[in-house]
Amino acid sequence: MLSRQLTQRLVFALITLAAVTTVFPIVLVVGYIAWLGAPAISWEFLTAVPFNGMKEGGIWPAIVGTLYLTLGTGLIAVPLGVAAAVYLSEYAKDNRLTRAIRIAIINLAGIPSVVYGLFGLGLFVLFLQFGTSILAGCLTLSIMTLPVIVSTAEEALRAVPQSFRVVSISLGGTKWQTIRRVVLPQALPGILTGVILGLERAAGETAPILFTAATFFLPRLPHSVFDETMALPYHLFVISTQVPGMPIRIQYGTALVLLTFVLSMNVIATGIRSRARARRQW
Amino acid sequence: MSHSKSNAKIVVDHLSIQYDDGTESLRAISMEILPNQITVLFGPAGGGKSTLLRALNRLTDLVDGVRVTGKIYLDGEDLARPGVDVVALRRRVGIVFAQPIPLPMTIRQNVTYGLELAGLRHRGKLETALEKALRAAALWDEVHDRLDAPAVALSGGQQQRLCLARVLALEPEVVLLDEPTSGLDPISTAKVEASLQEIKRDYTVVIVPHSVQQAARIADQAAFFLQGELVEYGAGKDLFVAPKDKRTEDYVTGRFG
Repeated sequence: MLSRQLTQRLVFALITLAAVTTVFPIVLVVGYIAWLGAPAISWEFLTAVPFNGMKEGGIWPAIVGTLYLTLGTGLIAVPLGVAAAVYLSEYAKDNRLTRAIRIAIINLAGIPSVVYGLFGLGLFVLFLQFGTSILAGCLTLSIMTLPVIVSTAEEALRAVPQSFRVVSISLGGTKWQTIRRVVLPQALPGILTGVILGLERAAGETAPILFTAATFFLPRLPHSVFDETMALPYHLFVISTQVPGMPIRIQYGTALVLLTFVLSMNVIATGIRSRARARRQW
Repeated sequence: MSHSKSNAKIVVDHLSIQYDDGTESLRAISMEILPNQITVLFGPAGGGKSTLLRALNRLTDLVDGVRVTGKIYLDGEDLARPGVDVVALRRRVGIVFAQPIPLPMTIRQNVTYGLELAGLRHRGKLETALEKALRAAALWDEVHDRLDAPAVALSGGQQQRLCLARVLALEPEVVLLDEPTSGLDPISTAKVEASLQEIKRDYTVVIVPHSVQQAARIADQAAFFLQGELVEYGAGKDLFVAPKDKRTEDYVTGRFG
């Protein structure tokens, strides 16, 4: 039988170990990718089109493609998602319809990304005849991103104290004036955090753009939203599995660029959140 | 039924308020509230005073599951009449809550908020209204040199006077106050009470005080509420000195409460 003090020390040691262990994977992944990928990074790698079976040149079209897809997804999903969140948080009564909407959102978040890809192929690429295009890709990614944006935005709106709403209305504000001038500005940092986290996932996903937007090899930039595009995650998949004799540093260089892109979005989101917390007046 | 002949500012006529769960907050209250007077609604907690206050500018609308029966007239006009402009009503009947709740903005923005919502854009007019309201709430001297500081930086007492100024800026006809000094120290409380004496010249003031002592200090008219019932209503100088009802007497003299 262990003494209580010894048990306590043992348990603390174990949970400390668990906490430290969670840090290892991220350090290892980032360190490993950076170690192998850094030699590939050069001005040419970042700004040139690939050639010689993608074994030489750069990944510029894939970088631009991912930027386009991320921005386009934001343009579609953010207004839609924030509007839905405002509806759910500020207007909706607790009834069957809103319960159904919430359940739908939760379930939407659980759908595997490859299923979104297949759905996008069926609806946007084939039925609506957008073809394999940036537009079809953005729409598919938007559907995937919506649940994240809606639920984080709703949470941010709900966190704004009810008393602010009552005060605004008691001063002769309409509901919409109250939302626009008090609730939304206060919820904005939280909403932005959710938006960035959602878009970050969109930027890194391969499966949803696999059938809807991405192309194997396109040594130029897309001309319009109806054009197909290269994209970093898909490019990484292609050069890692489909091209024999691919120099390993190009694979890891590409991975490093993608990782930097996604992690910097993460840093921005964290920055916004902590800045807003420090300045918050409630 | 019209009350335009009466000189009352507000007429409450058989007002009952019930919640969905069956609890009754107010039971058939009838009273007339006179202009340019401080009317005090007092009594133990749960008596329905705050509910009545909130009914007077229809903030009860915001709460789900509330059933209001009976009538409230403002200048003879039924507040619940279909087509009544609730937003305009809330500009005519302002309210200050128990907790000072400055909006997360600057001092200036807090005071001009209601005016800007009402569509006032003119900078000069906003400035004039700002100073006038802050002076009326006895806050101007303390904040005039830092109007663009965040309102939360003020002390609790200053915040509560800011909340009063914010209401006065709209130049309402009626000012409702729900235990406005409950969180304040005696000096701040005295300042708020002093500004109430000033503003009653221009406004009708209805207040739920935070103590019987405060009720007695400031009441022109006093209404004693007990468990949803209006027990006694009359001039403050009579009610606190010679209450007619035994329950009022017991409460005022501190036998319960």
